[in-house]
Amino acid sequence: MNLAQLPQQLLNGIFSGSIYALFALGYTLIFGVLDILNLAHAAIFMLGATVSWWLVSAQGWSLLLAFPVAVAIAGLLGIVLDRVAFLRLRQRGAPQLSALISSIAVSLIFVGLSRLLFKDDRKQFPDGTFPQVYFDIGSIRVRLLDVVILVVSLALMLGLTWLVQRTSLGRAIRAVAESPKAAALLGVNIERVIMQTFFIASALGGAAGILYGMSLNSIEPGMGSQVELKGLSIIILGGMGSIPGAMLAGFLIGMIEVLSVVFGGSQLKDAFVFVALFLVLLVRPQGIFGLKQGRAG
Amino acid sequence: MILKRVRSQSVALSLLLTGAVIATACGGEAATATPQSQIAPTTGTGATMVATIGVETPMTAATMGTTASTGPDKGVTPGTAGATPLKVGFAFITSGDNAVYGNSQKAAVQMAVEEINGMSSGPKLEAVYEDTAAKPDQAITVFQKFINNDNVQVIMGPTLSNEAKSSDPVAQKAGVPVLGVSNTAGGITDIGDYIYRDSLAEFQVIPETIKQAKDKLKLTKVDLLYAKDDAFSKSGADVFRTELQKNGIQIINEQTFATADTDYKTQITAIKADNPDAIVVSALAKPAQTILQQARRDVGIDPKVAIIGGNGFNSPAVVKAAGDTAEGLIVGAAWNPNANDELSKTFIQKYTAKNGKGPDQFAAQAYAGTYILYDAAKRANLSGKSPAEARTAIRDALKDTKNLPTVLGSFSFTDKRDANHPPVVQVVKDGKFDILK
Repeated sequence: MNLAQLPQQLLNGIFSGSIYALFALGYTLIFGVLDILNLAHAAIFMLGATVSWWLVSAQGWSLLLAFPVAVAIAGLLGIVLDRVAFLRLRQRGAPQLSALISSIAVSLIFVGLSRLLFKDDRKQFPDGTFPQVYFDIGSIRVRLLDVVILVVSLALMLGLTWLVQRTSLGRAIRAVAESPKAAALLGVNIERVIMQTFFIASALGGAAGILYGMSLNSIEPGMGSQVELKGLSIIILGGMGSIPGAMLAGFLIGMIEVLSVVFGGSQLKDAFVFVALFLVLLVRPQGIFGLKQGRAG
Repeated sequence: MILKRVRSQSVALSLLLTGAVIATACGGEAATATPQSQIAPTTGTGATMVATIGVETPMTAATMGTTASTGPDKGVTPGTAGATPLKVGFAFITSGDNAVYGNSQKAAVQMAVEEINGMSSGPKLEAVYEDTAAKPDQAITVFQKFINNDNVQVIMGPTLSNEAKSSDPVAQKAGVPVLGVSNTAGGITDIGDYIYRDSLAEFQVIPETIKQAKDKLKLTKVDLLYAKDDAFSKSGADVFRTELQKNGIQIINEQTFATADTDYKTQITAIKADNPDAIVVSALAKPAQTILQQARRDVGIDPKVAIIGGNGFNSPAVVKAAGDTAEGLIVGAAWNPNANDELSKTFIQKYTAKNGKGPDQFAAQAYAGTYILYDAAKRANLSGKSPAEARTAIRDALKDTKNLPTVLGSFSFTDKRDANHPPVVQVVKDGKFDILK
């Protein structure tokens, strides 16, 4: 244990936490609206990163253009995901477990397609995609890229909050989340709201994937598995379906990870995260921002 | 804003997650140990192969048989009258993603065969070439064809360790000697007394790497970083740990990561705070390149702090992908293209003139291997021997190989039929492997 690294590690935790939070928002949004866990979200995360890499390295696009396009493609893939994995099951009133399994299947298909189209190797953005600028403050090194990533993810989180709280689409989303039947009776087009939710959730997942790929300069078909469990821990910790909960828990998990390396060693990194999760749930089984009672009906 | 109020799900899910992480932590290791060791890199660049082994060329054993008899791969050099020729089957990967390794081996062998057959005295070599396509089952078929149809007296190859683990038992059972020229995984020569190799295993290279690094960089304390869930990286780390202790170098801290990870910054930041003289890393090629970049660029490890890598780093592909962050990387190897002994200099010159590019470690080991077989054939005196007798005679002659001058240095086999020659310690300079001075 060496405390000299602490400021740098805390900073690392904030930067990676912001990406985790962004990724987990997609989980929590779909869970909130549909009551299902979308396990293909990590595959969308990977595809967002892969598509942006392909646009930049193979098509020669600038990152400024590739980022929004790849995010939009990730959103559209979310709609495809809904049509393929969930729509039929929803119409037949199938149990939630079927939807969960179905999303695993689509996830495997997405990862397999990516292996087929883009090969299995570790890909990197070409040099100069983003200027390599560093600020060395004492013993701390801050990358311009990390600062930009933090700003972008915070902006996207605030954007989502505003959208859910202040727009008519957000009101519809919240209505469907509360009760689909009541929302339908009040004239909300449920299917449309679900489609829009999938687009937003997957676009956020894709954006998180791009930022993650850029931050580590490493993109590969298996990259989703690195954030999948973290994302699930975050939504449990934050309270399933809670948007501020996911944001806070994202940063918290990023922080626990670095602190576990500082105080315990990297051998126990993952164990620390789950022990922390366990302890929080002992005190607050509903998560930090979750409400106590279960959903009626 | 709460979109949902759930309690039971979250508790159940957290239990599920905890179970999953325990399962990966405990069961993962045992489950992956066997396959990982089987695909352990053969030589330096082997680590890159591991990454691509999954991609297979669609070539079945049946179609292979056809290409074997008609394809351009079949080249038989007829022996001339005089001493009884030695018939050798060469099994290299010449198609698919890993063809780059086999092609380099084949080019070197062709050159050696030409040289040997051009000599006025001594036995000639009859060469039969086949493609194993990086597939263990195809390697078995190739070996069976060599043994039963071509009646070869000795086989060189196959390129990959995991191919060798499948095909070498076939030769051992049939009593045909095999000389591996790029297999470095443990257990290859344990297959039997007909199995030899001229490629140094990792446990033979690391001691020299640490010794030289200590002498030249005055190491006193280091940090160790390795993948905790990969048998190749872990066994490399074990060898490093033992050698560091033997040399009286303090290991300040050990950091680990999972093979699937891509974020090593947290671990490297912790290492930076330890202020070590060097960072010793045991990893496969995929993590290796990312570790170099994140260490030098993102965390800002001082260029004065050396990074010492295991066999996974011994690959031009890793150095190329890591770019300027690979500068100063120290890796042990069996051979270096800057070797300046007379044999290597001539070899490099001739090979470059013939192939338009310089030889790599694969070429050097295959070239040396051909001369090792030639030397054995000279001493075995094959005239008047039945095929079975000739095979046994070659095996016995291989065992007696003593201080043979080769491009790899003065060459002998150990008692366990492994390579016994001095490794070289390399350092990356201007994007290329140079010899550590």
